Amino acid sequence: MLILTCPYCGVEADETELSPGGEAHLKRFGPGSSEEEFEGYLFMRENPKGVHFERWRHAYGCGKWFLAARCTMTLEVFGTYPAQTTEPPKKIRDAISAKRPGWSWGDFK
Amino acid sequence: MSEAVSALSGASYDGIVRVADAGLQGMIQLRGNLGKAAVKNAVTGVTGVDFPAARQANVNGERGILWMSPDELLVLVPYAEATQAVETITMALKKEHHLAADVSDARVMFSLEGEGLREVLAKLTPADMSRAGLPVGEMRRTRLAQVAAGVWLESETSARVIAFRSVAHYVMGLLTHSAQPGSEVGHF
Ligand SMILES: [Zn+2]
Repeated sequence: MLILTCPYCGVEADETELSPGGEAHLKRFGPGSSEEEFEGYLFMRENPKGVHFERWRHAYGCGKWFLAARCTMTLEVFGTYPAQTTEPPKKIRDAISAKRPGWSWGDFK
Repeated sequence: MSEAVSALSGASYDGIVRVADAGLQGMIQLRGNLGKAAVKNAVTGVTGVDFPAARQANVNGERGILWMSPDELLVLVPYAEATQAVETITMALKKEHHLAADVSDARVMFSLEGEGLREVLAKLTPADMSRAGLPVGEMRRTRLAQVAAGVWLESETSARVIAFRSVAHYVMGLLTHSAQPGSEVGHF
């Protein structure tokens, strides 16, 4: 069972109170982009065993979208943060580094 | 004029706790910037209760303010006053970006009375229903089995549940089943 603390309302929400939104920090490629960029935006995902960044919506709650950093192998949660960010905040990165030294994910590390 | 009735016409059930359709209740959904003084004044004006902190339920009888999200409140007033209260709020907030809607007839409110209400609810929701997890006076939006609900405790022996009217029978069934005599768990 996965419990994530919603950064907007502060509720410790169970996984079944949330809607999954897939991978976080996707950069949108739309009109004018190359076929490779568009393909990457639509289909290419990290799918890691370990540190991962995801979008979640507090559906049975305040209704807000937020982002979460967690480990896909152990279900350990490193932290949650507001969706209005294009990269993981320092606090989250530090929390991951403390537990998973040398981690990397996409362009982040 | 048609006669207004609550979703289950006051149906009740006596089990581990007493479960009842709490009857007609005015409920106004208000979305807006909760940090604005105008918003605070508008809702405290029609309810007479203090503006709630995050996740709090400030309720006094049929009047109250429930904190639903960082930009949403559910304002409780007596059923007969809901239409007027929406007008009052709308007038007070005409310079603020907001939405005030009378949802009284789109919701159902249940009352739970008795010692075992924490465990009656805990069987139906993933929310932490312990005293530390949900103190008296804290609003918790969650799910009861398969539908959305809002729950708060007025005391250790009195709780309120709000759900969509369309699922009133389903929620009554859930609460009734969970409150069956002999199904006590005694966890809390
Ligand atoms: Zn939330």
